[in-house]
Amino acid sequence: MVKSYIPKTLIAAVKIRKETGAVPIAGGTDLMVRYRNIAGTLPTFPWPVMYISNLEELKGICKEQNTVIIRAGTELSAVCESSLVHPVLRDAVRQMAAPALRNLGTLAGNICNASPAGDAVCVLYALNAEVELATEKSMRRMLLSEFITGPGKTELKSDELMTAIRIPVLNDNVSFYKKVGTRKANALSKLSCAGLLCKENGIITDMRLAVGAVAPVVVQSAELEKSIQGMNFREFSKYEDHLFQAYAELIVPIDDQRSTAEYRKTVACGLIKEFFKIIKEELA
Amino acid sequence: MQDITFTLNGKRITVTVNPLSRLLDVLREEFGLTAVKEGCGEGECGACSVFKNGKLVNSCIVPMGTVQGVDIITLEGIRETEEGKCIIDSFAESGAVQCGFCTPGMVMASAALLRTIPKPDKNQIREALSGNLCRCTGYTMIITGIQLAAKRGEGIW
Repeated sequence: MVKSYIPKTLIAAVKIRKETGAVPIAGGTDLMVRYRNIAGTLPTFPWPVMYISNLEELKGICKEQNTVIIRAGTELSAVCESSLVHPVLRDAVRQMAAPALRNLGTLAGNICNASPAGDAVCVLYALNAEVELATEKSMRRMLLSEFITGPGKTELKSDELMTAIRIPVLNDNVSFYKKVGTRKANALSKLSCAGLLCKENGIITDMRLAVGAVAPVVVQSAELEKSIQGMNFREFSKYEDHLFQAYAELIVPIDDQRSTAEYRKTVACGLIKEFFKIIKEELA
Repeated sequence: MQDITFTLNGKRITVTVNPLSRLLDVLREEFGLTAVKEGCGEGECGACSVFKNGKLVNSCIVPMGTVQGVDIITLEGIRETEEGKCIIDSFAESGAVQCGFCTPGMVMASAALLRTIPKPDKNQIREALSGNLCRCTGYTMIITGIQLAAKRGEGIW
């Protein structure tokens, strides 16, 4: 049986993390399911754990200058209720799981779980979110897209704890989000797609596109996003096919219990085209 | 083993348990609160729904380590209250109960809904019950039960 800890403060939590390597559990919506045992018996975690859901220091959402900060222990239900949070993220979170699970789960847990099928994670990529990681003595930030390195793999060090998610405020004109799953509630996505557009006088000033569950990590390309900055309707219409091909090459899904590679590829390409159509309508 | 102190159905209690154990098991085994059911054991079916600090949660995925200092309410804690009685009677009259296994969870989910939206429309009811599975009723009668409770219980939520 593994050891478990219930730290009372954030400082105590990072200390325990450093000394024991205990894995933090907030809502438990992923870990309690993955390591569940038969009824009436203890879950079989392969490592010591620490329970952090009662740490007040990790709760809450605030805005500092041009960044919205969602502390790591904030439940999903609080994320969809906060007016500080970007509507596309609130929309995505509202479509996750079911009410009781949203009262437990957290975005930080979703991120650290690093499933390519995480819906909120896909939207957070599109919003260029950063994660804040703390040790006993230091604090660092990194882009979410750099933090997640593969399915279930992150850059989180054995003495680090995720303390917040930082989302730069974006004054977009259009946001697009589609989740494709077998059922509205509870089902994990077959795939998800998030798009954002900022424009000024008919010219693209910023575009973001992220597609989840179609590659080992969420598909996003800062390079492709930049390539259409400054384009007007005519220029984008001419460039659209080329851009589409570039994105299609990045969509490399697999067959699994939820869907097939073929279905995912077809639908993801369809959603990208749909988003491009919306961009053209906005620019026209 | 560790002492965990929390409020259970309005009473402050301390229990000596392994913090890894599930709230669901402790409620059933230590306190005999058998309205809390284990259906799927992975947070999908809602049969084990309880309130944690006033919010609906699945007790099968709540470890005791997260229960220190919180307020837990099970169906046993609301069934004698005005709102509990209102929902339970409305369920019974609407034929919303067949085998009964999902019912405690359904009642908890209904209470959570009516506390935030006293006059829900059909879609809001469906959304509120989206994490609770029922294999008997086809849900229609449960929705009718909640509509009846909302009508009857005006002002009590």
